[in-house]
Amino acid sequence: MLGYTITQWLFGILSFLAIMFALMVVFSRNPVNSVLYLVMTFFCIAGHYLLLNAQFLAVVHIVVYAGAIMVLFLFVIMLMDLNQDSEPQRTMVTKIIAGVAGGLMLFVLVGSLKGTEQLNLSSYGSSQIGTVKNLGKVLFSEFLFPFEIASVLLLAAMVGAIMIGKKDIK
Amino acid sequence: MINGISINYYLLLSTVLFIIGAIGVMARRNSIIIFMCIELMLNAVNLLLVAFSTLHHDASGQVFVFFIMAVAAAEVAVGLAILSMIYRNVKSIDTNLLSNLKN
Repeated sequence: MLGYTITQWLFGILSFLAIMFALMVVFSRNPVNSVLYLVMTFFCIAGHYLLLNAQFLAVVHIVVYAGAIMVLFLFVIMLMDLNQDSEPQRTMVTKIIAGVAGGLMLFVLVGSLKGTEQLNLSSYGSSQIGTVKNLGKVLFSEFLFPFEIASVLLLAAMVGAIMIGKKDIK
Repeated sequence: MINGISINYYLLLSTVLFIIGAIGVMARRNSIIIFMCIELMLNAVNLLLVAFSTLHHDASGQVFVFFIMAVAAAEVAVGLAILSMIYRNVKSIDTNLLSNLKN
């Protein structure tokens, strides 16, 4: 098809959709719509993970981000009763300045890529690194200590969230 | 499955997603939207880590992404708890009204 392989088509479509939905997150007036567009962006990024042979991460990404974190966002937005009418807007000048600053940052980052070597990704010998078996081996041998620290971090975050959310701390 | 795609395209895609998140942080006043844009920036970095992990045939990058997801989950839990507490006291999450820590 027009000289492109099926993988390149998939990459292009997923990238386009991810960028479109990301733009909608920023420019949508209604916070609930923003959350739903962000969920779509996360699905596109999970598709990229599948293309990159990271099957386990793709599933974890959907479960943790689209399943847990975004539902938390939705609940908080519904608790606060936010909608389009109560949405605060920055002035036009501030928005233009933000766009110019972002554009300049994009210019610098893309400019730094100019002239770099083109390295092609290949699945030769790498199709097994993203499996549960291989990741589990690496996680529980090389990264065992950071794994335990992450569990302590999650416990601390859980206790902290409950303590902050309590109505009256006696 | 991935063949013949240059790493530069992934660099470009991650950069664009990161910049969109950064513009969102600068251009919006709703604290929850700012939080979501921070998540978007974290995801851009995650995507690049996975791409380089595939390029170098090394699983460490994917384990890093795993840890970043854990830290992001903890950050969101505490951050949203703080935001709901602020909303309970101030009745707003507009960043312009939250410029002072006392009163």
